[in-house]
Amino acid sequence: MSGRNSLSSLAKPFDSRTEWVTFFLLAAFVIIFPILSQMGMISSFQVGVWGKYLCYAVLAMSLNILWGYTGLLCLGQCLFFALGGYAFGMYLMLMIGEDPVYKTALPDFMDFQGYKELPWHWKPFYNPFFAVFAVVAVPGVVAFIFGALAFRSRIKGVYFSILTQALTYAATLLFFRNEFTFGGNNGFTDFKFIFGADIREESTTLALFVASGILLLVVYWGLAWLLKTKFGKVQRAIRDSENRVRFSGYSSTHYKVFIFVLSAIIAGLAGALYVPQAGIINPEEMKPSKGLDIVVWVAVGGRGTKFGPVIGAILISLLKSWSTRAFPEYWLIILGLVFVFVVLFMPDGIVGLFEKAKAYLRARKGGESDSGSSNIPVEAK
Amino acid sequence: MKKFTSALVAATLGFGGIAAAEDTVKVGVLHSLSGTMAISETSLRDILLFTFDEINAAGGVMGKKIEPVVVDGASDWPLFAEKAEQLLAQDKTAVTFGCWTSVSRKSVLPVYEKYNGLLFYPVQYEGEEMSPNIFYTAEAVNQQAIPAVDFLLEDGYKKFYLIGTDYVYPQTTNLVLFEYLLSKGIPVENIGGGLRKDADGEVISAGNYTPFGHSDFQQIVADIKKFSASGDACVINTINGDANVPFFKEFAASGLTSEDCPVVSFSLSEDEFRSLPAKDLVGHLGCWTYFMSNESEANKKFIADFQAWLQKTEVPGIVKENRVTCSPMVLSYNGVYLWKAAVEKAKSFEPEKVMAALKSGVSFDGPGGTVTSQSNHHLTKNVYIGETLENGQFSVIKSFDNVVGEPFLKGTFMKK
Repeated sequence: MSGRNSLSSLAKPFDSRTEWVTFFLLAAFVIIFPILSQMGMISSFQVGVWGKYLCYAVLAMSLNILWGYTGLLCLGQCLFFALGGYAFGMYLMLMIGEDPVYKTALPDFMDFQGYKELPWHWKPFYNPFFAVFAVVAVPGVVAFIFGALAFRSRIKGVYFSILTQALTYAATLLFFRNEFTFGGNNGFTDFKFIFGADIREESTTLALFVASGILLLVVYWGLAWLLKTKFGKVQRAIRDSENRVRFSGYSSTHYKVFIFVLSAIIAGLAGALYVPQAGIINPEEMKPSKGLDIVVWVAVGGRGTKFGPVIGAILISLLKSWSTRAFPEYWLIILGLVFVFVVLFMPDGIVGLFEKAKAYLRARKGGESDSGSSNIPVEAK
Repeated sequence: MKKFTSALVAATLGFGGIAAAEDTVKVGVLHSLSGTMAISETSLRDILLFTFDEINAAGGVMGKKIEPVVVDGASDWPLFAEKAEQLLAQDKTAVTFGCWTSVSRKSVLPVYEKYNGLLFYPVQYEGEEMSPNIFYTAEAVNQQAIPAVDFLLEDGYKKFYLIGTDYVYPQTTNLVLFEYLLSKGIPVENIGGGLRKDADGEVISAGNYTPFGHSDFQQIVADIKKFSASGDACVINTINGDANVPFFKEFAASGLTSEDCPVVSFSLSEDEFRSLPAKDLVGHLGCWTYFMSNESEANKKFIADFQAWLQKTEVPGIVKENRVTCSPMVLSYNGVYLWKAAVEKAKSFEPEKVMAALKSGVSFDGPGGTVTSQSNHHLTKNVYIGETLENGQFSVIKSFDNVVGEPFLKGTFMKK
């Protein structure tokens, strides 16, 4: 039964030709961009910036499987992103080696605060494999504990959203504290080496871009597959009518905990790849406003669509990079206007706009108007 | 013929391009113009644009006009790094003036080192840093906190309460002050705010810390009141930004006055009083390397020129009314002139040569007195202590001339 179906659909996760074309365009971009940069047509600076955008896109996808496909609006997705980033950042901090000012192997903020040796929980992070394990485990465990408690108590809707926001705010305050041993307000910065390579080399920038691109493609493929499985159907059923799911004998709690943990792990991986490219991780990254940024990306791109979060995250980030240079001091106003416009006139985001245009053309051609277009049923809107 | 024409066109274009490039020099301005820090940092953008116009009107730098490239860090620290890289890699700016918070400076530092660029940093900070690619016109701890403590000691105060926002600038400043006070013979029990020690009993944090934007100071003020009952106590305040309002309100509400227990603040300048009420602070102290009330001719001319420039500038978004000048603004202004002097001394815009010229020592007679660059990337400058007035200005009550900026202070006062 579904076992075999699920596996066979792993090779063919996409339904329509449009979805396949979209995926291959995305893949083509991830491949062509580094080639162009090798030919000197794209600067290393641009490669670095786009590498960050790809991480944002993965982060947006991780929110979309919660908000778009399970109906759980998580306002604290930035927390899991930052936790992944911090876990990997700890490894990067230890790879700096002896710093020029204090002549010790400790991270500089520890010298600052008079530590004489590394706290015990920092020691395993010398090992890159442990760091990668922590990137997955820390956000996963936090999400499991929070998710299990919240979903067992049947907290949902706006209450769930507020709790996730409170969670990330509490974490921000905790990480701001200097005695929490994670660098307080400044966080981690001035990284030098990653897996033995100099982080300032152009080849490292390129490698990080490629790694982000691969993560993006794998997550994109994997989440599309998940939607086709029985699990994905239950997931959407929970979004559309959780009570019916429970009456049908499914434990919606287990499904929700699983999807919440999966989403947190994906966000954590994105954060881990983001930090070496951004060059800094600090508690600002988990502030509630950052969590809202992700919601805006998904909403602008089109929630509950496969490609929407990707295009939303990239376009908004592009707009931010562009407007902070072209129109300094108007960035927040521009963002606000875009968001209001999308909410008022494009409820299904950019992807929704395309779907509408396609449906319109089809209707004019007089052809059959059929399914497979929008994934969001009316009541979920 | 066709070939000839295109060659001619190419030559003209090429020549035109070079001529244009030689006429101007690109200079980056990297401040938060949106987000939480915009309220402070926009003033620095304004003063920098004013300085560039002033220099351009006087003939530019080595015959080249300054062409500012303004970018917005948007109070977003990773974005600061991205914008810094854009200025260096894409716009190829010769120098950048920018950053306010320590974390933004920490964020861009690796970028300036990677591209071997040059950054001027203008805001009082904690020290413990000396990047080969950053010049700190900022006040070091010994150009603000230590003179303030010296003044209070001289005035007969014997008990010091340390309070601040929990981040690296207050933590480091207070740790340095703690060591300094001990070296001046102040007993540990006369240093208030609490101590945190590591396993070996060594002090790793001194003072009472609150998070950013904290608003409930009842407990802390009650503690201060008890601490100051003997009448010879004062408060060293490194609280950041908005949180100062509830602190001073609570302070006044508890019946404490600047007579019983003066508070000396290091993060409140004239510019902050545009948005914070000054009336709760009257009589309390501030310490900076410049006050708008300085009586010198250079300062009067500087203020008048800036006000005149504000009236006629057409840059969008610049507030024209009720503008004041303050220390970070003047240190930005001084930075541009020091850079100009260093470029002219080095006869080159190359960051490395400009930095070498700065390290060899160049001077500028600024609105706050003469400033001279030092080989340790900091400035020698005058330090002033001022008393807050109702109108948000300070009246200078003490000055220290030519204080040498010293970034590495931690541990230097301890008796070994």
